[in-house]
Amino acid sequence: MQTLSKMWLFCVLLLISSVASANLTIEITRGSDQALPIGVVPFAGSEGLPEDVAQIVQDDLERSGFFAPLERSAMFDRPSQASDVEFGTWRSLDVRYLVVGRAQQTGNGYELQFDLVDISGQRPMISETVTASGNDLRGAAHYISDQIFEAITDIRGAFSTRIAYVTAQGLGDNMQFGLYVADADGRRSQQVLTSDQPIMSPAWSPDGRKLAYVSFETGKASIYIQDVNTGQRVQATSFGGINGAPTWSPDGRRIAMSLSKDGQPEIYVLDVANRSLDRITNSNSIDTEPAWSPDGRSLIFTSDRSGGPQIYQTSLGSGETNRLTFTGNYNARARFSPDGEEIFLIHRSSRGFQVAKQNLESGRLVVLSESTRDESPSVAPNGTMVIFATQQGGSGVLSAVSADGRSSFRLPAAQGDVRDPAWSPFLN
Amino acid sequence: MQLKPLARSLAVALSIVVIAGCSSTGGTQDGDSYGSQDGSSMGSSTSGVGTSGQYGSTSGSGAAGQQADSRIPEVRTIYFDYDRDTIKSEYESVVMAHARYLRANPNARVVLHGHTDERGTREYNMALGERRAGAVQRFLNTQGVSPSQMSVVSYGEERPAVSGQNESAYSQNRRVVFNY
Repeated sequence: MQTLSKMWLFCVLLLISSVASANLTIEITRGSDQALPIGVVPFAGSEGLPEDVAQIVQDDLERSGFFAPLERSAMFDRPSQASDVEFGTWRSLDVRYLVVGRAQQTGNGYELQFDLVDISGQRPMISETVTASGNDLRGAAHYISDQIFEAITDIRGAFSTRIAYVTAQGLGDNMQFGLYVADADGRRSQQVLTSDQPIMSPAWSPDGRKLAYVSFETGKASIYIQDVNTGQRVQATSFGGINGAPTWSPDGRRIAMSLSKDGQPEIYVLDVANRSLDRITNSNSIDTEPAWSPDGRSLIFTSDRSGGPQIYQTSLGSGETNRLTFTGNYNARARFSPDGEEIFLIHRSSRGFQVAKQNLESGRLVVLSESTRDESPSVAPNGTMVIFATQQGGSGVLSAVSADGRSSFRLPAAQGDVRDPAWSPFLN
Repeated sequence: MQLKPLARSLAVALSIVVIAGCSSTGGTQDGDSYGSQDGSSMGSSTSGVGTSGQYGSTSGSGAAGQQADSRIPEVRTIYFDYDRDTIKSEYESVVMAHARYLRANPNARVVLHGHTDERGTREYNMALGERRAGAVQRFLNTQGVSPSQMSVVSYGEERPAVSGQNESAYSQNRRVVFNY
């Protein structure tokens, strides 16, 4: 019976990289009161194109929490280049910035020209031509969003990034799990793996090409590394007990993980090339959920060595270990901000399990999310947003909150639970 | 195996009756091979279940005990308190029945699946699920079950038995399942 079910399992296990389904949609749940008013005028010549480029740009900018876009219905003038912009018209609508553009079909794709205009300063800021090969209008739109975002905020845009996430349906012994990769706005989802056994903890390699994740497809937890584009994969670890919580070092050569092969779960570092394994922690407690500091010299992790789960930091050079969190009795699954000055984590407050951030210098912890069943925070590569899993109406959904807590949005799925999001590094 | 709360408590109650029967016979039968420590711990469990001890002594013929040990015990799930890996006294008899079955059937193998409720982070829950299954494994070991007959797989919060965000659902998800 056991062998039969295992064989069946292997049959059911599919590796597909081109099937698109389970798109996530965006619902803005909280807008920042400091958002900058911007107008994104529909691009001239974009009627009949497969994608509404200006709408994608507008949605990107709104989702970031930095911008409050003007509604299209309020635009009684629709210029398509900077020289046609009447500053007084847009100033009367309280618009600080305006994006105008035009689209043109070419032999093997599209050409998009766009201008960013500073209405209050009455000056053009960007004027650029973007070519979209094939049907990649969405990719071109996210690129335009990145340029606009950086020109105004001085922060690199993260709209051309992707998210990995896990879906689950069913209960108990009768469940289906999926690993997906989608654009950062939840669209263009692609199935990476499907299984009737749990899939967990996807983690992007720093070059954005591979995912490490946990799969129970052999009947127990193992860590796999899979090339996102080719689907090719290898089993990285399959020790007895827990093989969990993989995270790549910033140089992409090592993977930190939690293994319980010697008893309690301990933190180990695997050399991806030569498969050598270094044991990092040595405690009679749970040590899991490691994450690398941006300089690659230390790891933070969750440990219950003091009773409940708290975040600790260990130096990979000296082995010196310090406890970082002291607020409350449950702090877990921490991730660094890209500048290494803050950590984002799950904190149990009087309301429930919430996304919080802690400044490492002051030690001050601030709750960011309003939801109370939060898990798995993952930080955008530009540090402006944190995506996490939470619950809405009894289903698992992805949600995101800005690093300052001012704005948030949700990405509900059509059906089933969505969880375990991982924000990719910059891909361009 | 999925049981509704009432059915579950009924099943637990029935198993206690059966186990009580087994242990009174098993205790004397196995006393020589497993030593007095084993016998006395079974005795304490039997006394812990109160009136069922009477049923035990009446139904506890040697033949019935043999028959019971040749079958995998019916109750294969035990439940835990929030954030705890202690085997509750009400489930000790269930674990004992599995210990007896495994001792009587040295070729039998059990995989102990540890589960948590959905609260808290996934990988930390994976570790808590392993702790629960490990507690059952140690208990079985002290009851004379060979380590080679047992293995542990934690599923953390990944395979809930019941959906819902309330204590009733949570309490049915915090469990260790005996898989043969």
